[in-house]
Amino acid sequence: MRENVQKNRRFRGTPRGFHWAVMPILFLVVWEMAAIAINNQFILPRLGSVAVVLATPFSPILGSGSLVDNAIDSLQRVVVGFAVGAALAVPLGVAMGRWSTVDRLVDPLIQVFRPIPPLAWVPLALAWFKIGLASMVFIIALGSFFPVLLNTLDGVRSVKRTWIEAAMTLGATERQVLTKVILPGALPTIWTGMRVGFGIAWMCVVAAEMMPGTNSGLGYLILYAYNFSQVQVIIAGMIVIGLIGLGIDTGLRRFEERKFRWRELER
Amino acid sequence: MKKLVVDRVSKTFETDTGEEVEALRGVTLEVEEGEFICILGPSGCGKTTLLRIIAGLDTPSEGAVLVDGEPVRGPTPRLGMIFQDYSLYPWRRVVDNIAFGLELAGVGKATRTERAREYLELVGLDEFADAYPYELSGGMRQRVAVARALATEPAVVLMDEPFGALDAQTRNAMQRELLEIWEKTMKTVLFVTHSVDEAVFLADRIVVLTTRPGRIREIVAVNEARPRDRTCTAGASLRRYVLGLIDEGRPDT
Ligand SMILES: Nc1ncnc2c1ncn2[C@@H]1O[C@H](COP(=O)(O)OP(=O)(O)O)[C@@H](O)[C@H]1O
Ligand SMILES: [Mg+2]
Repeated sequence: MRENVQKNRRFRGTPRGFHWAVMPILFLVVWEMAAIAINNQFILPRLGSVAVVLATPFSPILGSGSLVDNAIDSLQRVVVGFAVGAALAVPLGVAMGRWSTVDRLVDPLIQVFRPIPPLAWVPLALAWFKIGLASMVFIIALGSFFPVLLNTLDGVRSVKRTWIEAAMTLGATERQVLTKVILPGALPTIWTGMRVGFGIAWMCVVAAEMMPGTNSGLGYLILYAYNFSQVQVIIAGMIVIGLIGLGIDTGLRRFEERKFRWRELER
Repeated sequence: MKKLVVDRVSKTFETDTGEEVEALRGVTLEVEEGEFICILGPSGCGKTTLLRIIAGLDTPSEGAVLVDGEPVRGPTPRLGMIFQDYSLYPWRRVVDNIAFGLELAGVGKATRTERAREYLELVGLDEFADAYPYELSGGMRQRVAVARALATEPAVVLMDEPFGALDAQTRNAMQRELLEIWEKTMKTVLFVTHSVDEAVFLADRIVVLTTRPGRIREIVAVNEARPRDRTCTAGASLRRYVLGLIDEGRPDT
């Protein structure tokens, strides 16, 4: 498949191996030209000034920590929040997928709560948990909860009936059916849910860090930089946010491709 | 004592729309230890239902199933089941698929792997111990399923059209191999098929079912010695006879 894609690209006359760089380079060129034309660093800074910020990730920015310090803070929050969300969503999803009574009981609630965007919970989170880690974890956990839940549910439901029945005729207890057939059988789909959930969690953490009273994290940093009209810091922070999100998604996807190859090959 | 007794088993399903479907009516069957029984009938006549009831995966509406005199109340490792779609676990290597039943029973890793390898050898797949099921052909997968079912040493092996999805050549080879394994292990086998040829080649006795609701039309003993010749005249007349039974069972002929 990959080979086909490359052949296609070559057919279109783009040098092989560099086609992915064309649009980003074009984008940077347009940016630089626009920045020169606008000639106002408070609206669009030159590439160079953003690059300086990115090139010194360990030096403190405006007295509120370096890029790396703030990135680590954000990552810690997202990991805790995501862990809480997934730890609630996976067992509930398995229970709903396995026992239709649980599904019928819980589903109406899920349907009502799911369309509420995580950020709509911010005021309530502040009222309940005050400013701080707890309210951020709450928002992030909410954001990752639904994609993980729905994918888990889907994965458990798609476990073949004869896989379960074969295990039962081999003497499996209900617990063994859950841990040795349903969980491994649903794991690829659960993992997809985790990947989607983590992406949403990452968006939530940045937004949650813009809540009043926060004093660290990449979301905080770019809002803080706005107050000082440091647009080059805003953009550098955004680039770091994007790259971290991309890096994590790529890692999770690699793992998925390596460990769950059977899902594609089976069908 | 009989190894397996199916005692006046009937089954009526209720569909989602509330309709009643009578799948089996008053099926009675007694099987001796070590017998090879084929259950033969047109598709939709209730063969799978009968096998699932014997395996304890479905409950009969009436009647009971006894193994060694004890009633079957649910799935049990004493009754090994081999499904038509193999139902191997794609995330487990071949050897771990075969060891699965032993793993469930709490047998230690070293012992169960060793036992699994013995059964792998029995079905002639020793080289594929570390392969994944998706790397195997249909016939090889079904052999793994056979080995998996045998590894827990069930009293009775139930097979639901296990070779139905295979091409004719592989199918013939699998039938011969199955007989070899059966002769080595002396298991009691209930083998569901809709193929008269297959039943005549394999069975000690052929249980011919009628169209739905499935009842026993006749139990035909096959008294020919093994290995059987697929083309001999005795076989041909038996096939003709059994085909006649099935055709008479059809409502529109
Ligand atoms: N769970 C079920 N609910 C309703 N009807 C069923 C169910 N399982 C089987 N049947 C019906 O029972 C009849 C016998 O089915 P089956 O045992 O699968 O036949 P066979 O294996 O001989 O082809 C069919 O008409 C089928 O539609
Ligand atoms: Mg069937």
